[in-house]
Amino acid sequence: MYEMQKIEKRFPGVHALKAVDFQVKRGEIVGLVGENGAGKSTLMKVIYGAYAPDDGKILKDGRQVRFDSPIAALKAGIGMVFQEQSLILNLSVMENIFLGNEAQFSRAGLIDWRAMADAARQQLKKVKLDIDPARKTSSLSFAQRQLVELAKVLTLEERVEGDLVILLDEPTSVLSREEVELLFGIIRELTKRASFIFVSHRMDEVLSISDRIYVMKDGAVVDVVEKGKASIEDIQHKMVGRAVDKEYYRERRRKPYDHSKVLVELDSVSLPGRVRDISFKLHAGEVLCLVGAEGSGREGIIRAIYGMITPTSGSVKIRDRHLPQVSPRAAAGAGVGYVPRERKVEGIVSGMSVFENMTLSQQSRFSKGGILNLAAERALARDWIGKLSIKASSELADCGNLSGGNQQKVVLSKWRSGGSDIMLLDHPTRGLDIGAKEDVYEMVRDMCDDGVGIVLVADTFEEAIGLAHTIIVVKDGRMRKRFDCGEGTAPTPYELLHHMA
Amino acid sequence: MTRENLLKWAPVLVLIALVLFFSAINPNFLSLRNFARLSIAASPALMVAVGVTFIIVMGSIDLSMEGAVSALAVIFCYMLVWLGGSVAGLGLLAVPATLLLGLGVGAINGLIHVRLRIPSFMSSLAMGFVGTGAAVLMTGGNIVKIDDEVFRALLTYRMLGFPLMAYVALGFLLLAWVIQSYTRLGRNFYAVGGGEDLAHASGVNVKRVRVLGFALAGFFFAVAGLLQVAKLGQAESVTGSNLMFISITSVVVGGVALWGGIGGVWNALVGVLIVSVINNGMIVIGIPDFIQDGLLGVLVIIAVILSTDRRSVAFVK
Repeated sequence: MYEMQKIEKRFPGVHALKAVDFQVKRGEIVGLVGENGAGKSTLMKVIYGAYAPDDGKILKDGRQVRFDSPIAALKAGIGMVFQEQSLILNLSVMENIFLGNEAQFSRAGLIDWRAMADAARQQLKKVKLDIDPARKTSSLSFAQRQLVELAKVLTLEERVEGDLVILLDEPTSVLSREEVELLFGIIRELTKRASFIFVSHRMDEVLSISDRIYVMKDGAVVDVVEKGKASIEDIQHKMVGRAVDKEYYRERRRKPYDHSKVLVELDSVSLPGRVRDISFKLHAGEVLCLVGAEGSGREGIIRAIYGMITPTSGSVKIRDRHLPQVSPRAAAGAGVGYVPRERKVEGIVSGMSVFENMTLSQQSRFSKGGILNLAAERALARDWIGKLSIKASSELADCGNLSGGNQQKVVLSKWRSGGSDIMLLDHPTRGLDIGAKEDVYEMVRDMCDDGVGIVLVADTFEEAIGLAHTIIVVKDGRMRKRFDCGEGTAPTPYELLHHMA
Repeated sequence: MTRENLLKWAPVLVLIALVLFFSAINPNFLSLRNFARLSIAASPALMVAVGVTFIIVMGSIDLSMEGAVSALAVIFCYMLVWLGGSVAGLGLLAVPATLLLGLGVGAINGLIHVRLRIPSFMSSLAMGFVGTGAAVLMTGGNIVKIDDEVFRALLTYRMLGFPLMAYVALGFLLLAWVIQSYTRLGRNFYAVGGGEDLAHASGVNVKRVRVLGFALAGFFFAVAGLLQVAKLGQAESVTGSNLMFISITSVVVGGVALWGGIGGVWNALVGVLIVSVINNGMIVIGIPDFIQDGLLGVLVIIAVILSTDRRSVAFVK
């Protein structure tokens, strides 16, 4: 009913999809699993029309199709339920369900609200949700919103010819156990009306609901597992089993760290939300890696060290001292540097030049009485552009125009040039091509040699295992397992996955 | 010329085109006399535009200029009269006092916005009305006249054909440029406008930067108030009228992005000149005055279309 043949997709420096074959039969629930960066999200984007494939064929109901936008895919009956829900919270449930399709209820330009409410009730019945369609969406629980979202996609049933394919991206990540069961029951019933593609990192859930499971690794489908013929262990082995190049992560340069010098100490720290009882010490020259699923609380821990989140209990000590106040200012002043995941939001100011970005966190060093010493700032920037071989036309270049890898180097040199020796790296290689990733790994080793302590949230298991001295597995906001990655004691990706899923 | 360069210089090209257009219709437009007249109208507007530029670069807005200028102009006149009536004597103290007062008024503006967490649009608009109200209260609806020859020299004394106030405005423009380019405060305006979260995460005290920005804007509004008094020889509750439209449109036409982080005081200068040339040109080529306002609005929209880059913005709010 829906079929992909030899789909290819390349981005600069990344071969994201390699000859992917993918098939969905009528009324089927297909699971899709893979590690971060395995190509899952790229494949999903091709399916719902956000990306056009570079090569290969897509067949829907036997006809070849090509989508250049999600709207085109919708018209062909392919809908998506997003992980970060796409409902507009200040609108009512029915307005959300028929957003962009109000015309059918319009009489002489005025909306017939009663007709819309009736139609919305019909849609909500499909997902067994008994609520007033006029309710504000913001007043619903997350589980209810998920169902409204599903109901919204199901309006395709009346609107388009042919069979429906509905993509569910991590639909259970914010649901409780019972809510998951409820959702699965509804999905199973809905297979009369549509086929589903189910994407999740929770293996047990994928196994329990899917008729077939596609396993992706490095941009290719490595196996298709039939229901009942696979165990969680099998699939996890297939997801991560790959030969890792020893030198890729500069592993020979991983030297023992200084156990006597504690830079950061967390003592049973709990945070607003689900993070509870986190304790660890970060030493000079150590790479400590937090491993866990999306939403497990890794970012919260990092942000607490950086003073962006106030712990509800427990203590964060920097160099054996509490910060005078919980703020990024105080943390930065104590030598903590933060490299956030969203470079564009918290990493660099595009529109400002390379040198302005580099000295943003250390203006007091480069000014007297509020007047900046531009010459000194530019000299520092030139120095670091040379040191890290940042590819920029000069220190005056607009940071927004640099490539991702070079932006990341600017962010790193911003902190390092200011003398920060506690570095918090949140997905520092996300979105970088291979060469730029290796540069970042090289810098991690350089920093350790200089006695810097690093807390890392890695992009992949391999990265975590390759770089870390210490790995802490976080699940649902709690520390589940600690690994010391000495000679021969490093965990395998499979072990990590086992503890986090 | 690359696209980027073209965008950068577009406002200047629009300005040149406007000058050529009006000169072609009436050659008198291109005369020193007319340019001097234009500079008198443009000087106070330039000071307001420069002040508000800092705020817009931060991604906020300050709409208090009309009330602030009126109130500060009235207070200046009363102080000058009270201190002997001439800036040649004790009255000179009224000048720094007014500037300091402007700084203070701006700081209060900023504190209301930051401390009470009221959007700057609303807090500054409301404070503008408070300013106008204060001016009405102080004057009782009357006009305060100033006939100090020395102070009026700002208007009457000419150098190279231009009045002294044009040079004063230019001097303060240079001061603004120094603040923009060579001080931490100026740098931080761009950091806050370009990425407030990031500035915060880099240890910049964003709230302080915001309050200081509004204080600085208040300072420049005070300069504008002084120049308005010099120009008109009097102050009253409507001394600041029309400055809101002229200053905000100038800043936008000049290429400062309303969402923050882009542009600076030179853009404000070019913008003020564009709007002033349109205003003045319409008079010179004899457009009836009852359609001038409407036409100005239309021409400003055309100028925005021609001189700003709107392609990079997905949604315009």
